[in-house]
Order: sequence, then structure tokens, then C-alpha cells
Amino acid sequence: MSPQETVERALAAANGGDCVVIAEEASTANLRWAGNTLTTNGVSQTRQLTVIAVDKRADGVRAGVVSRAGVRDDQIEEVVRAAAKAAADGTPAKDAGDLLGASAADPGSWEEPPGRTDITVLGDFAADLGDAMRAADGAGRKLYGFAEHELRSTFLGTSAGLRARHDQPTGRLELNAKSADMTRSAWAGASTRDFADVDIAAMDAGLAERLGWARRRVSLDAGRYETLLPPTAVADLLIYLYWSAGAKEATEGRTVFSKPGGGTRVGDRLSALPVTLSSDPAAAGLGCAPFVIAHTSGEDSSVFDNGLPLTRTEWISDGALTALTSSRHSATLAGLPATPGIDNLTFASGGGATLPEMIASTKRGLLLTCLWYIRTVDPQTLLLTGLTRDGVYLVENGEVTGAVNNFRFNESPVSMLGRLAEVGATEPTLPREWSDYFTRAAMPPVRVEGFNMSSVSQAS
Amino acid sequence: MDDQESQIDEEFTALPLRDLADAALTQARTLGAQHADFRAERTRNQQIRLSDGNLQRLYDGDDAGLAVRVIVDGTWGFASAVDLTPDAAAAAARQAVEVARVAAAMNTEPIELAPEPGYGDVTWVSSYDVDPLDVPSADKISLLAHRSRELLGHDAVSHVDAALAQVRECKFYSDGATTAIQQRVRVYPNLTAVAIDGDGRFDTMNTLAAPAGRGYEYLTGTGWDWETELAELPDLLAAKLRAPSVTAGRYDLVIDPTNLWLTIHESIGHATELDRALGYEAAYAGTSFATLDKLSKLQYGSPVMHVTGDRVAEHGLATVGYDDEGVAGQSWDLITGGVLTGYQLDRRMALLKGFGRSNGCAFADSAGHMPLQRMANVSLAPAADGPATHELIAGVDNGIFIVGDKSWSIDMQRYNFQFTGQRFFRIRNGKLDGQLRDVAYQATTTDFWNSMEAVGGPQTYLLGGAFNCGKGQPGQIAPVSHGCPSVLMRGVRILNTAEEGAS
Repeated sequence: MSPQETVERALAAANGGDCVVIAEEASTANLRWAGNTLTTNGVSQTRQLTVIAVDKRADGVRAGVVSRAGVRDDQIEEVVRAAAKAAADGTPAKDAGDLLGASAADPGSWEEPPGRTDITVLGDFAADLGDAMRAADGAGRKLYGFAEHELRSTFLGTSAGLRARHDQPTGRLELNAKSADMTRSAWAGASTRDFADVDIAAMDAGLAERLGWARRRVSLDAGRYETLLPPTAVADLLIYLYWSAGAKEATEGRTVFSKPGGGTRVGDRLSALPVTLSSDPAAAGLGCAPFVIAHTSGEDSSVFDNGLPLTRTEWISDGALTALTSSRHSATLAGLPATPGIDNLTFASGGGATLPEMIASTKRGLLLTCLWYIRTVDPQTLLLTGLTRDGVYLVENGEVTGAVNNFRFNESPVSMLGRLAEVGATEPTLPREWSDYFTRAAMPPVRVEGFNMSSVSQAS
Repeated sequence: MDDQESQIDEEFTALPLRDLADAALTQARTLGAQHADFRAERTRNQQIRLSDGNLQRLYDGDDAGLAVRVIVDGTWGFASAVDLTPDAAAAAARQAVEVARVAAAMNTEPIELAPEPGYGDVTWVSSYDVDPLDVPSADKISLLAHRSRELLGHDAVSHVDAALAQVRECKFYSDGATTAIQQRVRVYPNLTAVAIDGDGRFDTMNTLAAPAGRGYEYLTGTGWDWETELAELPDLLAAKLRAPSVTAGRYDLVIDPTNLWLTIHESIGHATELDRALGYEAAYAGTSFATLDKLSKLQYGSPVMHVTGDRVAEHGLATVGYDDEGVAGQSWDLITGGVLTGYQLDRRMALLKGFGRSNGCAFADSAGHMPLQRMANVSLAPAADGPATHELIAGVDNGIFIVGDKSWSIDMQRYNFQFTGQRFFRIRNGKLDGQLRDVAYQATTTDFWNSMEAVGGPQTYLLGGAFNCGKGQPGQIAPVSHGCPSVLMRGVRILNTAEEGAS
């Protein structure tokens, strides 16, 4: 049975009760390599049916969710019954709202069969990678990394008449080069929709240049440094900020975006520079679902919002906080318009220099490659800790003069926005730390005053 | 059917598991695979979340599928499928062989596996009394709502988050010589209280009950004293919000098992994974400073440090009967008298590096993923006649007693780490003297463990753990436990996190 037929059959099984059905098919292919040889690989296909049953009673509206993989045609009614039972077992939902109807979202190419990927999408890439590994082996470099492609087709239906479909291709490539003695390391990543735009030889050449920079080693102590963060590092810090920008907890007084005494900090200036942080389902090269797909409710997501149209949202405009992620329910609590989370993120100031130009204009500072193991230390200020990884370089008088030891940093991305000295040109990037969860980002390199390197890490 | 098999999810045992395995293994061998193994899995999970006593999430997940792993001419191939039919199993075997042939162009190290005895048809079920997925949702919601309301009844508490995660994991494995059917149950209940003062300052405090390989009885009195903890929590939170900010510097630390388990996880558990030491995780999770050339030489910690890996501890989250390569559960030394003496292995690495038999650390989190070397229960042994926690505290003039885990971060070779906690008590002249705020401890792994002066006795021992240790690409999660006693560390660097965050 097709996912479209599954949606219709599940809705029919709800016998006129309020219900949301999400039928998904996903296929993936991946390759992983280490030390110039393949380590693991695989292909997978999954099929998931999620039924959200709504149980309306005098004392409130209940919602129960059952999500099951590999449901056979003869099990669809069973899943619907299980969801109805879950709803009946629950207590009233604070986020209850009307389900969205036919006019809410563009149905897309509803009738088309679901998309599918397989190992052949990586065929040309695997051959190029084999060449790159042989070349690296000859040049005394070791290559490590991972390539993955996923295609997910989502079919959403509600008992109120909504039908919406979204096909999401997601590809990512990470390439890590190390010297034969493992003391020097460099990294590059790419987000891609189909691997047709990946140039593995060019990425490897860039890494070889960086390993060359690291032949001269410079030991520096912990301290605050003028620091150039490349787009991937900016992405990892600002994605964390974005994930921490929920309306409900801000309203409750428990995040960095809470206003002392009550309310949120929407309207506060976070940066003196005219920066914009935004999400847009239609962003070029970063396309993502143009409507809410919510398998479960959370602080700022709601199963009742399934199908709610998503449009370009500015979280920070001209340096000021302008929106927080919210469901219709949490937006009401916050007294703000409903602005649900969107699966991409762009930070820009309109123009700006490239990273090589920013290096050239640096008198003395650190150039990072990427960040790692980022965790909250203090939610009051959104103080984060983490490590530099795969190359910290000393820039002196406009040139890279050597590689510096790694550091543990303690920094808040909110505080950092207030210390931006320069914002470069925005480009697509793969967030190194968060690419398991978030791959669609466009970020500029930035120059930060006094980035807090709290201690030295011996890791190389 | 024996007693254990009767405990296993009937819908899982009703599947044609042996027919699926036969279809896959026969197809793989026909196509030239030198090795083939087959898994079928069903994992049910339920998540319940309440916000201020109101139900926010009631989610029932049910994941199932099959997986075929082959070695063809020395190269791995892996494929999984969602339909549990013999045709789908045979198709997955064909796909796995095709993947191996595509991947061969990139492979320079022929794959071979360490031998393991065949165990025939075996069944294993983890230790629990009440399957949480058999308990009506309404009862679980009611219990969490009641506990939330009790906390909210205290003046200091502004908000309460309550969560209960429950998992029932069924695995069928066959490589021809061993056919194992297994079921594990685990639960993770947690409540977080939030306090906000008039100046907009806020703080939180979590309950300390660790996720555990136990059933619903863990929420109702077995293995954890909820009543006492929930009664104490609001006052502890109120005192924490009013507490003075710590003065950064070096302090002696007494660390409670509720905090130390996570430090063990990050600085010993991951550092003694052989795949990391060999570089297989170099581009992602990272490598390890504890490289193979340091085996039997590295003074990892002080002589009072004895650490084991195991797959057998009762209620341990990494405990299994057989791993995902058919290797029986075992216990072995990782650190002995402070010296590195072992690693966590799978069958491929065990043979490659001359360890002989694998110690059973292959695990995949679902049929959709290929097994990786994943963490065993890695635990620090108590001293047989060792001191109680208050006796360790009595030996400190100027220090901090740290309870409960919170924030964690460690570098990609497991040298430099930084941890915070739930509760920090000042120690003056051998006695506790109120709480402190804004505390983090930061150290290099071997410096930290070599500063360990004493480990507590068995009466201080507790099994901590996590549901969701991440590793590998594609990313996989794994549950794991860490047992440890209270410990006394000398001269550890303490940061003031408010100062760290000041612009």
C-alpha cells in the first residue's frame, strides 16, 4: 500500500474522530572510512506510520501518539486503535487546538510515489574518494570521514481535510586529513542534496595545505584572544542559540531570553552590527519542509500544529531579537506571533569579506577550523563549553604563521553577538558538531573580540 | 518454552525469526559471502513528559526491522529492511553483498573475525520485575503528576518538568553457530524543579535517580528512595539559589557516585574503546590518548584505582547475554592498580590486535545500523573495607562535595574535561558548610585520576548511567551503566562559571 493510501486508510479508521496521520518512507546510503580504508557502510529503508488521535471531552482535549515502523497493511487499524487508547489514557493537553484543514498547506505532488535513494548515489563519489585515498597514501596523509545520503518522503493528512507532502534530500560529507604520525589534523565538511556538487579532490587539496600550515607549532596559553571563527563554527554556536530560543521557557523565566521580572527579551539588541538570523523553507540550496511536521508535542512544538505553513522568519533582525521558536500554544503564552522552528538557519550581515580576506586583515589572532563537544554550562547566560578541533592557527600580520595547541572554550553565543568585530560573507556550510541533527546552514566567518579560551587541551 | 522465553514480547517471538535468518544467511552464502550474520529487532519505547503537572507528551514508538551483515572478499557489506518477511531478508542479503562489492574499491584491510564458540539456541532476559510497557499509561501519568504537584507545592519551586522514558528491546541474532533471542527492559524517570528569584536569577535541580536496567518497580520504591529525595529537593534548590558564588581555585573534592559515573564514562569508558585508540572514530567521536603502545605501561591513575568492563552487572544498561556478534557477556580488567590493562573489543579488532577472543562489545542500536564497538558497563571498584562518604569528607580541610551530574564536555582524545553538577557543598575542616553556586571542575584525565587519594567502601557504591551515549556515523545511541563509590580527589581546578561567561 502506498503511503498516500495508508494516510487515507488510517484517517478512515478513525471513524470521524479528530486525527492526524503522518506516513513516511526514508532510504539512506552511507560510506565511512578511516586511515585511507573503508570501515563501515550500509543502506537502509524505513517506513513509519505515526497516528495522533485526539479525544475531545468536556474537561479537555487529549492527544495520544503511536508511531510504528514497518506497519503492514493489515495493521493500520491496530495503530489507529492504539493511538485512540493512548489519548483516552491521557489527561487534557494544554496545547490543544483545532486541526488544520485543506487550505492550510500546499499539498505538493501528493499523488507521486515516494522518493528513494540507494548506494548508487555514492558511486562516482566512492571512485573519486578511492583516488583521493591512494593519492593521500602516497603523500603521507591519512584520510578519515563519512558520506551519507538520505531521502525522506513525508505524507501528512488530517481529519480536517489537510493533505501535504514533502520530499527531503539530505546529504553530508566530512573529510578529515591527518599526518602519518597523527600529530597534525585538518577538517572540511559539505552539506549537499545529491553529491553532484562535491569535489573531493579540491577538499583534500585544501586539507593538505592546512596540514602544511601546521608544520610550525606554536604553544599558546589559555586566555582571551581575537579569534576568526569559520562558517562551520559560527553555525554550531548559533544553532545552539536557536535551539535555546524557545518561547515557553523564555516566558517562564528560565532562559537567557527571559526578561528579569517577567516576559521575554524580544526587542532587545543583541549585537551592534546589523546582523540577521533567519530560517526560510525556500532558502536557496537549504530547502526544507514548508509546513509543520510534529510527531510529538514539546515545549514549543505541538502535534495540533501539523500542517501549519512555515514562511521565512527572522529570529534576529538588524542585531535585535525579534522572534522565539513557538507552537501556536506557546506563542499565546508568550504574547508573540506563532513562529514554529524551521529546519535551516542563515546568519548574515549583507556582504562582507571572505575568510582569506579576513585573515589578510588580521594583525594577530587565532583562526579556528571547527568546534567540538559543545554543551551548556550555565543556561542563565547560555554559557557554552567545548573544544577547538582539527586545527587552530596563529595569524600574524595577515598570514598564517603556524598551528597552535587546542583549547577548551567557555563562551556564550549571546554574549559573542555583542562582541562581533567583523562579519564576513555568508556561504553554505556543514555544522561540524550538530550535523547528525542539523545540516542546512549558511553562515559567514566572523571576528570575535576576546574569545574565552579557558584552558589548553593536549589533544591534537 | 522456558521461563525466560515466556517473558519475551509475544509479538516478537511470533515472527518467523528462524525462517528470516535462513533466507538471509542462505542467500548471502550463495552469493559468495565468507561470513554472514542476521539480526531482527523490535524496540518499543514510550515517552511521557509533563510540564507543571500537565501532560505534554505521550508518545509510543515501535521500531522493527531486520539486518544482514556480510564479509565478501574481505570487505564489509551491510543492509537492513523494514519488512519482516523471508523475501525481504533475502533481498537485504543481496543488497549487503552489492554494498560490499561497491565498497571494495576503498578497502585496503581485509576483514577477519576472532573465533567465538557457537552457543546453539539460547535465550536471555534482563533482570526486572514489572515491564513498564505493561503498566497503564494513566497510572504512570498520575504518578508523575502527583510528584510534580508535590514539588510545585513548595514556595521555592516555580516550575517542574517530569519525564519518564521506557524501553523494551528485543533482539534476535543468528550466525548459524549461535542463535540468540534476547529482551532488555530499561527505565529513566526524572524530575526537574526550577526556582526563580525576584532579580530574574534562576536555577534548577534534578532528581538523582539514574536510568537503570530495571522495570516499573524502580518508580515505586525498588532501587531508589523517591519519597526522601522529593521531600528534600525543594529546600536544597532554594538554598542553592541563595548560595554564594564559588571562588575559583584548587580544591580537594569528594565526589558522589551520582556525579562521578559521568566522569568515568567520558574519561575512562570512551578512552578504553579500542576502535578509538586505533583511529576508526578519528573523524567523529575522536581517538584516545590511551593508545595500544601504552597497554600495561600507562599510569592512568593512582594505585587505588581498579576499573573493570562488563556486560554482566545486574541492572546494568550495557548488560546483555550475547552481543551483536554472538559473543557471550563477560567481565574483564581495564585499569589495575592505576595501570591501563585492557580495552573494549569486538571480534574484528580482537583478532587484528592479538587479543584472542572478543570481550563482547559489538552493539547496534537498531536493525537499521551496523554494529560498532560500543561501551560496556565501565565501573570503578570500591575498597573492600573502604570509608563511608562522610568519612571521606572528614579528611578534607578546604574542599567541595559534588553531587549529581549536569554539564559535561571532553576533548577528542579524552585529555581535557569540564563537568558541572547538581549540588555543590562547601567542605570546611571536615564538615559540610552550605552550598555553592557556579561551580565547574576542569582537569586532564591522567592528572585527575592520579590525584585520587581514596575510594569509598561498598556502602557508597552506586550504579549510574545514561540512555543515550552517542557514537559512530551514522549516529547510534547506546545505553550504558557505570558503578562507582564516592572518591576523594586532591587539588582539582575549580572554575567560577559566572566569571567564565563574563564579557
